[in-house]
Amino acid sequence: MSMINVNDQTVILEHGSGGKLYHQLIEQVFMPAFGNRYLDGTQDAAVCEGDGGPLALTTDSFVVQPRFFCGGDIGRLAVCGTVNDIVTSGAEPKYLTLGMILEHGLPLAQLRRICESIATAATEAGVYIVSGDTKVVEAGACDGIFINTAGCGLFGGRRPLAGKVQAGDSIICTGSLGDHGLALLAAREELGFDPPLTSDVAPLNGLIRRLEPLYDAIHALRDPTRGGAAATLNEWAEAAQLAICLDESSIPVRPQTGAAAQLLGMDLLYAANEGKMLIALAPEAAEQALELLHGHPLGRMAALIGTVSEQPRGRVWAENAYGGQRIIDPPAGLQLPRIC
Amino acid sequence: MAYERGQNGGTDIFAAYIRLIGGLAQRLDYDEQRPLTLMEVCGTHTMSIYRWGIKRLLPDNIRLISGPGCPVCVTPEQTLAQALALSERPELTLASFGDMLRVPLGGRSLLSARQQGADIRIVLSPLDAMQIAIDEPARQVVFLAVGFETTAPLTAAVLEQARERHIDNFSVIAAHKTMPPVIRALFSEGTAVDGLICPGHVAAITGARAFDFVASELHKPSAVAGFEPADIAKAIYALVKQAAQRRCVNENCYRRAVSEAGNVHAQALLRRVFEPAAAEWRGLGSFADSGLTLSAPYADFDALARFAPSYETPPAQTACRCGDVLRGRISAGDCPLFGGVCTPQQPQGACMVSAEGGCAAAYKYRER
Amino acid sequence: MCLAIGGTVVSVNEDMAVIDYNGLRKQASTRLLPDTAVGDEVLVHAGFIIQKLNADEAAELAELDRELRSYGL
Repeated sequence: MSMINVNDQTVILEHGSGGKLYHQLIEQVFMPAFGNRYLDGTQDAAVCEGDGGPLALTTDSFVVQPRFFCGGDIGRLAVCGTVNDIVTSGAEPKYLTLGMILEHGLPLAQLRRICESIATAATEAGVYIVSGDTKVVEAGACDGIFINTAGCGLFGGRRPLAGKVQAGDSIICTGSLGDHGLALLAAREELGFDPPLTSDVAPLNGLIRRLEPLYDAIHALRDPTRGGAAATLNEWAEAAQLAICLDESSIPVRPQTGAAAQLLGMDLLYAANEGKMLIALAPEAAEQALELLHGHPLGRMAALIGTVSEQPRGRVWAENAYGGQRIIDPPAGLQLPRIC
Repeated sequence: MAYERGQNGGTDIFAAYIRLIGGLAQRLDYDEQRPLTLMEVCGTHTMSIYRWGIKRLLPDNIRLISGPGCPVCVTPEQTLAQALALSERPELTLASFGDMLRVPLGGRSLLSARQQGADIRIVLSPLDAMQIAIDEPARQVVFLAVGFETTAPLTAAVLEQARERHIDNFSVIAAHKTMPPVIRALFSEGTAVDGLICPGHVAAITGARAFDFVASELHKPSAVAGFEPADIAKAIYALVKQAAQRRCVNENCYRRAVSEAGNVHAQALLRRVFEPAAAEWRGLGSFADSGLTLSAPYADFDALARFAPSYETPPAQTACRCGDVLRGRISAGDCPLFGGVCTPQQPQGACMVSAEGGCAAAYKYRER
Repeated sequence: MCLAIGGTVVSVNEDMAVIDYNGLRKQASTRLLPDTAVGDEVLVHAGFIIQKLNADEAAELAELDRELRSYGL
C-alpha cells in the first residue's frame, strides 16, 4: 500500500476520517503496540471469553459537531453507535459504560438534554448504563462535550459471527443510505434545507433480532458509519479477498437526501449512516430476510443491493441502470461538497 | 440509485442512442488503432462519464478524452499560493468551493492549512461568502473565485450586490477563466481530436452560438451536451453522425437548457464586472483573453491589490505530461508518472489534481 | 465547474426564490434571471438560477424515433 501521509510526523484530522490514513494508523501504530488475538482491526466488536461463554466488547468515542441535530444528538449517537457495534458480532447488547469529558462553561441545560437522550436511547435499545466517569477540562480544551461509551453483549448460545463475507453471498441494506452524513453536513454548514435533513440514528438490535431464524445464514453484519457503505464494502472485499458488485438502482435512498446529495455533488455511498446495517448472508436466505426486515419500522426500505463473487479480488464495483459500471474505491479522506 | 431524475425514461433514451452510435460506428473510417476521438472540455462531463461508466458502452472505434475543462485542475499554482498566503493572516477568512480544498501545492493545500488553524470556509455559493462578510464585519472575507462561464456571472452578481450595499470587508481572488480561447489554441496547434463535446451549462449562459466557431473556424464537429447519460449519448451520436456524413456544424443537443443566445442578462453582468485578460492555465501555459479580471469600477474588490500578499510559487514537476494529456496527444496511461508517482492521493499535475481531471478519472476508471 | 440541478420555483421574494428539488427546498438567487416566476422549472448552479428549463419531451422523443427508424433499429 502506498504511503499517502500528508505529514507522517503528526496526527492529522484525516487520520480520523475512516479512510486509508485511519487504517494506516491502526496498522502502523496500534497493532504493533498492543495487538493480540482478541484485537481484530477488521471487526467492530471484540469477542472475548467469559466464564459462561463468549462476550462481545466494544468501545467508541463521540465528538460530533453540532451536538444537537435533526433526528438526534451526541447522547443518542453515543448509545446507538455502541449498541450497533455490538450487534455486528451477533451478540445482544446488554450493558454500556459512559465516560464524559465536559468543557468548563458547557450549559447544564444542554448536559441534561443529552442525558435524557442517552436515557431514551438506552431504553429503546434495552441496555443499561452501568458505569460512568466524568472529567471537566478548561474552556477550549474540548469542544463542549466528548463522550465515550463501551458496550458489552451476550450471545445467548449463538455462535459469534465470523464477520467475513463468502463467495455467492447476498448483500442487504436495511434502509436508505447517507441520511446521517448529509444531515450532519447540512446542520454544520447551515445549508438552509427545508425541511431540514434528518439523521437516521437508531439502535438496531430490535431490527436484527428479527433475523434470528436465519442466524446461521448470516456471515457478516456491519453498520456503515464513517466512510459510508463504500468503506464497509471495501473492508469486507479486502478482508475476504473477494469482489462485491452493487446494483445501484436497488440502493434505497430518501428523496430529500438524494436531492441534497445532488446539490452538493456528493456520493451517498460515502456518506455516514447511524441507523442502518449492511448484511452479508447466504443467497437462499435473502428473500426471507427482506420479509422479516420489512416487518419492522426500521427495516421498511430494506433491499438487496449486491452480491459477492470471486473476481476481481478485493474490489467493489457497481452497475447502474444505464448498463454502465464503475469501481467504488475506498474513501480517500473527508468527503467535500463540490460545484464541478 | 433510486433518486436519480429521469432514470426510467432516461435509461430507454440512453440505450436507444447507444444503439444508434453502435450501428453508425460500423460505417466509420475509424478503427481501434485510430479511433474517432471526441473531447469533452467540462469537468462535470468528465465526472458524469465516469460516474455512469459510459466509455465502456461505446464501440471500440470511438474514444472519449478529457480536455482542459476542469477549472480546479487548471488553476495556476500561483493562484493557490496567493490563496494560501492570504489565509495565513489572522484577520482574514478565505471562502472557497469545496473543489479547491485538496489541490496540492508543494506538500500543502487549503485543507491542510485549515487543519492547522487557518480560517478557511467551504461555501456552496459566492453569495454565502458575501454573507459571511455581512455577518462578521470585523473580518476581511476573501472569496476564491474559480470556475468558467457558468460560475463567473455568479461572482459578478455578488460583486454588484457588494458594491450596492457597500460591503467593504469583502473581496475576491479573481481566477475565473473562459473556454473558447483555449479551445482555439489547442485545436490550432494540431490535435488528434475529431469532435468537441461542448459544456452545456457554460452554453446555458453564453448561448450555443458561442461554440459555433468550433465548426466554422476550427472545422471540427461540435455538439453542446447536457449532463444526464441520455444527454451525453445524444451528443456523442450527433458527433458520430457528423463524422459519418463528413459534416461540420455546431449542434445544440441540450435544447431544454440552452438557447442560441443564452442568458443575455448574465452576459451583460459579466461584461460590467469583468474584462478579458491573459491567464495562466496550469500545465498548458498562458493564453490571451482566456481569463477574467475585474473591470475598473470593481477594482476595489481585488483581494490581491487590497492585501498584496507575499508568496512563493514552487517549481512545477518537470516530468509531468499534463499538457499533452490535456491536448489529447497522449492518454493518461502514457504519462510516465501515471499510477506510480502520480495518483489521486499524491497528484503531481493538473490532470490528477481533482476527481474530475482526466487522469484522476482514468485512474478511477481503470480495469476492474 | 458546471454542476447545476433542476428544480421548481415555489416562491419569489425580491431577488431570492425558494426552489423545490424532489421535496427538498432551498433558496436561490434570481439575480441572473430576474423574470423568474413561481412554477418555473429552473436550472440552479451554486445558489443562483442560471436558466429556465423548457423540456419538450415530445419533440425529443419524436426526434429519437426518426433516427431509429432511419437506421432501421
